[in-house]
Amino acid sequence: MYQRITKQLLYAVSLILAVLVLNFLLIQLAPGDPAEVIAGEMGGANAEVMAAIRAQYGLDKPLLTQLGLYLGHALQGDLGTSYFYNRPVVELILSRLGPTLLLVATALGFALIVGTRLGMLASRNPRGIASALVTVLSLIGYSAPVFWTGLMLVILFGATIPLFPIAGMIDVVKQGGPLVRALDIAHHLVLPALTLGLVYLAQYSRLTRASMLEVLGADYIRTARAKGVSERQVFNRHAFRNALLPVVTVAGMQFGAIISGAVLVETVFSWPGLGTLAFQSILARDYPTVLGILFFSTLIVIIANLLTDFVSRLLDPRLAGGR
Amino acid sequence: MTAVTKTSVPAARGPMVEAWGIFRRSPSAMLGLALLAVVILMTFAGPFLYGVDPFEIVWAPLTPPGQEAAIPLGTDNLGRDILAGLIEGGSATLAVGFAAALITMLIGVMVGAYAGFYGGVVDDVLMRFTEFFQVLPPLLFAMVVVTLFQPTLVNVALAIGIVSWPQTARLTRSEFRRIRTLEYVSAMRAIGAGDSNIIWRVILPNALPPLIVSATLTIGMAILFEAGLSFLGLSDPNVMSWGLMIGSGREYLLDAWWVVTLPGAMIFLTVLGVSLVGDGLNDAFNPRLRER
Repeated sequence: MYQRITKQLLYAVSLILAVLVLNFLLIQLAPGDPAEVIAGEMGGANAEVMAAIRAQYGLDKPLLTQLGLYLGHALQGDLGTSYFYNRPVVELILSRLGPTLLLVATALGFALIVGTRLGMLASRNPRGIASALVTVLSLIGYSAPVFWTGLMLVILFGATIPLFPIAGMIDVVKQGGPLVRALDIAHHLVLPALTLGLVYLAQYSRLTRASMLEVLGADYIRTARAKGVSERQVFNRHAFRNALLPVVTVAGMQFGAIISGAVLVETVFSWPGLGTLAFQSILARDYPTVLGILFFSTLIVIIANLLTDFVSRLLDPRLAGGR
Repeated sequence: MTAVTKTSVPAARGPMVEAWGIFRRSPSAMLGLALLAVVILMTFAGPFLYGVDPFEIVWAPLTPPGQEAAIPLGTDNLGRDILAGLIEGGSATLAVGFAAALITMLIGVMVGAYAGFYGGVVDDVLMRFTEFFQVLPPLLFAMVVVTLFQPTLVNVALAIGIVSWPQTARLTRSEFRRIRTLEYVSAMRAIGAGDSNIIWRVILPNALPPLIVSATLTIGMAILFEAGLSFLGLSDPNVMSWGLMIGSGREYLLDAWWVVTLPGAMIFLTVLGVSLVGDGLNDAFNPRLRER
């Protein structure tokens, strides 16, 4: 068990190193002077700053030395300085990480809970209304661009039924204690989380339905029914637990895609997270921030994958024993 | 179409003909095909039937659809013709979508085929490589690539291809692992066929059905990617595309719904068409799974 965890952690660390090497390669491969890329084209790239960057990253030294210096800086938590925001990149990113994690976690939680329930409901009757709903929903969820769905919700809730705020995370005018603030954030969170969640709700409901139908045909379900377990128990305990496994696996594998979706959703709703930061710093050609965000979001995906693996093992003890 | 059914003699039916037979009988698959046909027709024949430059300012800004007979779908915030944009915007989106799907399939099939066929160390190395690309958040990585290099259509297609191939590689690998142990592959080996011969001429054709389905879905995904990138203003600014129309019109969303809604609906219908066709192909290739 411990050996397995160590192995996985080592693997995660190697992935993290690989992402840093990739970042380094991107800086090198980009057309133009690497020092300019590091400084960012629109930053205060005066001669002094450029000279400092050249010295710091050893840009006159051989490529391998440069790579070593870059990795050294990164592993000490130094991903460079944003000359656009005039702040260290790591600090800048950490200040925006919370809103993105909140958005992603809410959307994912909503999609998992509602999606699996809907999928279960549909699996009771493969030709029923719930099944048709799952099919239609999954087609829409797959085919509609997530930013467009968001904009459509803005039209609906911004103009027609003004129930939810359509931009930002906090109402600055509102005064009050932490509870008022939390409720305000939750109120602002509804539309972005709904937009992002709908895509995955569609996928998880379809997946749950398919794997429930498969599991319900298994022998152990027949045994459970034969020994007199109530139909409700068969559904909710025996079948669901096994049917959940593929959903968890897919959810874990899609984490990168969910973060990508969050970038678009944040841009639509001006949600002050990593996505809006990525968008703004790309427009400002603030490369250190852009590459820092790429690094951090990859880190999130790697951690999410480790967690998924852990949850799968909890759900299915057979996985813990083998391999 | 009725002529085809009459000429199809049972004995002469190949697997593809049989698949088409199943595909043809699925209303949703045919709807998808029809949607795609309309979009493609509009993109290729549209410019000849409706020759308005999508970048030209033709009327007062934000004219609603149906108000002026000359501009049936209204104008955007700069007074440009929406219908002209919808017609012109399709070609960039479709071209990037298809090109990116092609790149995805090329890399994915190549990596997956070698990993699945050889196994062992080759498989380990290639799969580690694949897993690395799988942890990169696709859109974010494409955004970075397009920004660091130039946002031309070629780079956009390349960026999308680079982030999308791992899934194809995994699918190809599992198909190759399954097929390489089958008897007819051993038979080929026994009569002295070389590795590359077996990989490309024997296994690949037999692995095609799931790969075709996956390629279809990849096109849909690539179209959504392209739309997302151009919505963010990270695609070629000199080429009209549906995503670009949404991106530049979003500030006027609450006053002029059509500027954003119409191009988005085009993206939606196109991807819907692609995924309905994909589902139809999946059912056609795996008739036994249809009951699900």
